Amino acid sequence: MKQEQTIIPIEVGRLIGSVEQFRNEGYRLAQIGCTKVGDNSFEINYSFDKDFVLQNLRITVTAETEVPSITGMYWGAFVYENEMHDLFGIQVKGINIDFKGTFIRTAIRYPFGVSVAKEEKK
Amino acid sequence: MTKQIIVPFGPQHPVLPEPIHLDLVLEDEKVVDVIPSIGYIHRGFEKLVEKREFTEYVFIAERTCGICSFIHGATYCQGIEQIMGIQVPERADYLRTIWSEYSRLHSHLLWLGLYADSFGFENLFMNAWRIRERILDVMEQTTGGRVIQGSCKVGGVRKDISNAKLAEMSRDLDSIRKEMEELTTVFLKDDTVIHRTRNVGVLSRQDAYHLGAVGPTARGSGVAIDLRKTGYAAYSELDFPVVTDSCGDCYSRCLVRCKELFTSVDIIQQAIAKIPDGPVDVKVTGAPNGEFFMRAEQPRGELVHYLKGNGTKFLVRSRIRTPTLTNIPPLVKMLQGCDLADVPVIVLSIDPCISCTER
Repeated sequence: MKQEQTIIPIEVGRLIGSVEQFRNEGYRLAQIGCTKVGDNSFEINYSFDKDFVLQNLRITVTAETEVPSITGMYWGAFVYENEMHDLFGIQVKGINIDFKGTFIRTAIRYPFGVSVAKEEKK
Repeated sequence: MTKQIIVPFGPQHPVLPEPIHLDLVLEDEKVVDVIPSIGYIHRGFEKLVEKREFTEYVFIAERTCGICSFIHGATYCQGIEQIMGIQVPERADYLRTIWSEYSRLHSHLLWLGLYADSFGFENLFMNAWRIRERILDVMEQTTGGRVIQGSCKVGGVRKDISNAKLAEMSRDLDSIRKEMEELTTVFLKDDTVIHRTRNVGVLSRQDAYHLGAVGPTARGSGVAIDLRKTGYAAYSELDFPVVTDSCGDCYSRCLVRCKELFTSVDIIQQAIAKIPDGPVDVKVTGAPNGEFFMRAEQPRGELVHYLKGNGTKFLVRSRIRTPTLTNIPPLVKMLQGCDLADVPVIVLSIDPCISCTER
């Protein structure tokens, strides 16, 4: 049996409005996950669940893009947003509990981020 | 105004099997705020996906957790199968379901033991783990591994269980059920346990839902989320209830897990009665090209494996969202306003699995 899911690509500027709509419609935040898709390009998926249907908002950003925090609508999102920052170097603005790079301690700074990609190429 | 002090809890603490750090902001003996912190055992499993072929990565995926390892492996395999459009044989689906429920039994029994230990009931701890040994014995007999099974693969399972052995397992479960009835009666009826867990660490239904609680943490607050109801593996063929309770305290979360032990036994016995004969795997050719968010119900709640392939043997991304990560914000909420002495019991009540969380 296939689990129902859709991916909706949006611009960063529409993120807050779209998340707010999900919140108002009673969706639960299932996860936020980041994927490196180029040397300096990242996809971020915001997954929302209601009645076992998964809706994913997708934004594509660079390491320099400031991504607005959604913790104003989903308080618990701070774990994902800090994780994105600590592992990928994504700049998230306005997190309710901002650990400033100390949520996940790693030997290499931003192990999934741009600097590591450059090192690997060398 | 009462003077506030900060007491560090963890990463090393007698009740913590794995390291999480909490800064507890106290006013006298009351916790008024909590700052959680993880990151002591980050292993970079997700990065390894770039260096291992997708068929081999199942062994890595399985090692994400030392408790619900089988379910990690099975979820990863099912995600790849969804991307590649692979239909596994029905018998493999049933075997995956059976091993998943054995994993849930051993995880819940392990948790019950640790939970008893958190409020100082050592004898109860030993009894829970004694029953758990019987579950682990079956895992070992059928897969070769007690904790890491290695029996799941993309396209099915590596090992079959003979019908005679399945019948023996079903009979064994009848006697395990009796032992579990005695055990759970103590957890649910003993005054000492009730005194330490009732009205402690209350999480309302609304908070549980909006803070992203999953598994028994959510179901103990009346949120009926159970991913098994999406019907993956053989769950669509089996009849089982979603166990919930409405009080949202430590007792409710314990009650849900106790009842789920019996649900798991029922599911296994139903699966054994219905399992069809036939092959247990199919040949896999090609490589995954696409993406899928595969979700499954772990003992601690919803597990998400996001997998993305580009048509080569190496995946572009494996993102594992474990249930404990999403249960951390609800834990912060539960701890606000509690007594310092109740912190260990409340922390244990979400069944934190930090190795899993850190990946």
